[in-house]
Amino acid sequence: MIMRGFMSFVRKETLHILRDPRTMLIVLLMPVIQVLLFGFAMSTEVTDVRVAVVAPHRTEGVRQAVRRIAANPCFTLRGYVDGTQIDAVLRSGEADAVAVFAADYDRRMNALELGEAAGEAVQLVFDASNTNTASAGAGYLQSVLTADVRSGPLPETRLLYNPQMKSSYNFVPGIMGMIFMLICAMMTSVSIVREKETGTMEVLLVSPVRPLRIVAAKMVPYFLLSCFNLATIPLLARCVLEVPLSGNLAGIACLSLLYLLLALAFGLLISTFADKQATALLISGMLLLMPVVMLSGLAFPIENMPRILRVVSCAVPTRWYIEAVRKLMIEGLPFAAVMKEVAILAAMTAVLTAAAIRKFNDKLE
Amino acid sequence: MNDPILSVRELSKKFGGFTAVDRISFDVARGEIFGFLGANGAGKTTAMRMLCGLSYPTSGSGTVAGCDVMRESERIKRRIGYMSQRFSLYDDLTVLENIRLYGGIYGLSRRRILRRAVEILRRLDFRSESRTLVGALPLGWKQKLAFSVATLHRPELVFLDEPTGGVDPITRRQFWELIYEAAAGGTTVFVTTHYMDEAEYCSRVSVMVDGRIRALGTPAALKKQYAVATMDEVFRTLARGAKRSE
Repeated sequence: MIMRGFMSFVRKETLHILRDPRTMLIVLLMPVIQVLLFGFAMSTEVTDVRVAVVAPHRTEGVRQAVRRIAANPCFTLRGYVDGTQIDAVLRSGEADAVAVFAADYDRRMNALELGEAAGEAVQLVFDASNTNTASAGAGYLQSVLTADVRSGPLPETRLLYNPQMKSSYNFVPGIMGMIFMLICAMMTSVSIVREKETGTMEVLLVSPVRPLRIVAAKMVPYFLLSCFNLATIPLLARCVLEVPLSGNLAGIACLSLLYLLLALAFGLLISTFADKQATALLISGMLLLMPVVMLSGLAFPIENMPRILRVVSCAVPTRWYIEAVRKLMIEGLPFAAVMKEVAILAAMTAVLTAAAIRKFNDKLE
Repeated sequence: MNDPILSVRELSKKFGGFTAVDRISFDVARGEIFGFLGANGAGKTTAMRMLCGLSYPTSGSGTVAGCDVMRESERIKRRIGYMSQRFSLYDDLTVLENIRLYGGIYGLSRRRILRRAVEILRRLDFRSESRTLVGALPLGWKQKLAFSVATLHRPELVFLDEPTGGVDPITRRQFWELIYEAAAGGTTVFVTTHYMDEAEYCSRVSVMVDGRIRALGTPAALKKQYAVATMDEVFRTLARGAKRSE
């Protein structure tokens, strides 16, 4: 009898979702659009940096270095320019960067190879009006130029796991963190509040089905849809954006399931505060989505935030989820490496669930 | 009254310092159509919520369908039917899907749900609409369907909270035929309404004023008691003395 009531509910919720084109659009199409949007349009990665070269003497060493730049798919060689034209080339937008080789480039490089002191062999001048491409491009260009310098005072920077600083690598965990919050927390809270608004909730409460079961039944379809997205987002990232899916897929799945539960508890909690669908939307938008986008490391690196915001970001569950998924998905670390994040997320889930259930029961009376 | 289906004594509900329902006592006999009248703000809805097991009385005692209102609200819910003033079916589900949902909620087997569904569709002459979305039905049809769904599990007692609000007189008349039918079949009907012509159809009515029950009896007895010709006048006479209003 109990299971039958529960399953009737799950069926009803599924029908609600299937019959509402807007819900379907949000739940199924939005993740795809987000992945593609973040992956292509909003990328901060190094692509097509146009490099001009200033070289007083085109020695063999200089030519080799220039050939390396030309051969790299991320850089387009804009040819040699005169030392006086650096500013003009950058201002006119003909180039994004200028590599200035020293007149005695070969000698300095040799000295560096031997570990002796010498001035800079190459100076990189970047158009930093777009700070992202500038800093990322400078780093990458430097690593290309110094590829064969093994020692010396040049600090050798090696970018592991994501050497081209492809941003889509980082966006994929971020998008997953956001989408699951959106579907599980926002959609469930709105769907619970909708029943309050239309008055059907009252009829359900008079029925013998326990209130918490009604809510649990509401969550099931959203949970399943999120699982579907959990499978498709990484797949899409792999096939379209060529993000390497190294590492522990089972670990990522476990972590994500925990995160889904957390988001569902969040949704239930929000629904107890709102009496109108619009209110539920507003609360989830302001309280949930904004911190998730701003403070989780999805769009802005946490390390660059002022201390206060860094502290606040610790309270944003998505931050821990994204960090953990990055470790598993991109760095390919074993599950043991994310135990700290798992513990934090589990604790948050427990607290949120307890609070949501308590508030929900209080509200009924 | 022998073996009343609903019996409450001194039932009260307080919200902080405000007494919404003030020591009400009354019985409802089996098979009766009991009209529960009162102006907005008189405490009708609060009283009804307590009787349905939705909220706990602050004090008092009573039984509904054989269950204690203080301790057995979950058992009460299984034994009663309920239809709210606001529309209680899902617009984006079909007629049949709504019937199946409520059948499932009350734990009926698939076969029983199907049998009841056929009965309802035949009774309401809805056979060609079984796969129509409820949202596309006229309001009067929806209300009749909502009543049938509320009594799907054959409860001993059904609560109707202003079931005919906003419905035209002809459909209201048809709706009351359904109520009579259910009562004739042994279901007790507890109904709130603002239409005094409907009050005339009830076996007995009670009138709530300021959280208390001011009058209780058959429509004929009440009219005689207040020496007026219609229930409307009875209601006006009583409601005039009200201090609270919404």
